[in-house]
Amino acid sequence: MTGTAERVLRQLRRDPRTVALLVVVPALLMTLLRFMFNSSRAFSAVAPALLGIFPFLLLFLVTSIATLRERTSGTLERLMTTPLAKLSLLAGYALGFALLALLQVVVTTSVCLLLGMTVHGSLAWLLLVTMTDALLGVALGLLASAFATTEFQAIQLMPVVVLPQLLLCGLFQPRPEMAQLLRWAADVLPVTYAVDALQRVAASASVSGELLRDFAVLAGYVVAAIALAAASLRRTTA
Amino acid sequence: MTNYALEAKSLRVSRGRANVLHDLTFTLEPSRVVGLVGPSGCGKTTLMRAIAGAQRFSGDLHVLGRPAGEPSLRHDIGYAAQSGAVYHDLTVEENLRYFAGVIGADHDDVGRVLEQVELAALRDRVVGRLSGGQRTRVSLGVALLGTPQLLLLDEPTVGLDPVLREQLWALFRRLAEGGITLLVSSHVMDEAERCDELLVLREGALLAQGSPAALERVTSTRDMNAAFLALIAVAERDAA
Repeated sequence: MTGTAERVLRQLRRDPRTVALLVVVPALLMTLLRFMFNSSRAFSAVAPALLGIFPFLLLFLVTSIATLRERTSGTLERLMTTPLAKLSLLAGYALGFALLALLQVVVTTSVCLLLGMTVHGSLAWLLLVTMTDALLGVALGLLASAFATTEFQAIQLMPVVVLPQLLLCGLFQPRPEMAQLLRWAADVLPVTYAVDALQRVAASASVSGELLRDFAVLAGYVVAAIALAAASLRRTTA
Repeated sequence: MTNYALEAKSLRVSRGRANVLHDLTFTLEPSRVVGLVGPSGCGKTTLMRAIAGAQRFSGDLHVLGRPAGEPSLRHDIGYAAQSGAVYHDLTVEENLRYFAGVIGADHDDVGRVLEQVELAALRDRVVGRLSGGQRTRVSLGVALLGTPQLLLLDEPTVGLDPVLREQLWALFRRLAEGGITLLVSSHVMDEAERCDELLVLREGALLAQGSPAALERVTSTRDMNAAFLALIAVAERDAA
């Protein structure tokens, strides 16, 4: 598992431009947002929720394309003919990309704090939730790559998986005001729980039952997505 | 009971309505260099994938005495696919180290393999910047890691110059003498001459099996190229 994580990180190191884009772009977008609102109070109202969107979105993209490459280049087939366990491969991927996510999350959060985002809860909880959210992106990316045969398709899956969650998470419109059907949909989408949890951490110093519940649901989705991704890896094909 | 390296009985692979392999039945003795020859698209790669445990099939296929696809076989088979199947953004040595870790081989193994495939001088080069022939050797090196008893090498000499080709065939010979069974696919008939035994495939069917000398004898030809063309001509006449 650590071997795969190390390999993934070595591959990323050969592609410094991707790493730079992953780390710098969310911070730049947050800065843009801060001065678009031109008020640190308005910024503070949306920034925590966006901390649940950026790592999820970018890691979903990176992971789905990296895994798709592994499928198309034949390296996945080769790995599947070795004794390597599927879960060990996926865990290695998750670990490698989680370290990348950590770098991104720390930089983005620091920039947000500098720009005046107020967080009443602990930064440790903020980090825990954003990292779990990033892992969700990794897990869904691993899963999504099973449904794509080209890199074009993999990129098209991004709006399919990410945009509905962004629209329904409550950032654009409070969820109670949505049509009943969409409220139900929002209730089953994992990013909803990440955004709610981050807003709770930002709003209150106490660790509420709701926060724990949101976090548990989010973590449950990560485990389920990784299990499904493992099932989507086949040692034999037709 | 003889310990065959490979034993196939009515081995069949179909994709949709197309039969990719039909009713292959053959046995192969261990510690030999076996050539898998035939025109491209005849099913060579599919047969190798079935043996490697990556291809669904019907019928019976035993590899090293165990049913194909059995998990324990993953320790005993080295498979180098034609596509290369190595990481282009890692160096030669990083590739070998990663796969050595995956199959649980020693770290020293990487050095041994680098020598065997003559890549020691290029160990720190990124694979994406290597020539096609060099990349093929990286992939071959990965298959040699650990202690495989059966090597499945899909077109391992494509893009190699005559000197390297000679060296690789000498390596294959040494490996077979050390007890490893090699199944090497090729569409170059002068390579077929170097094998102990040949499986000749055409359109998914086994056309002939035997040593190069035996195949030349039954077709009354003097070299493998002519023998192969004669075998195909007979098959086409029978089909018509």
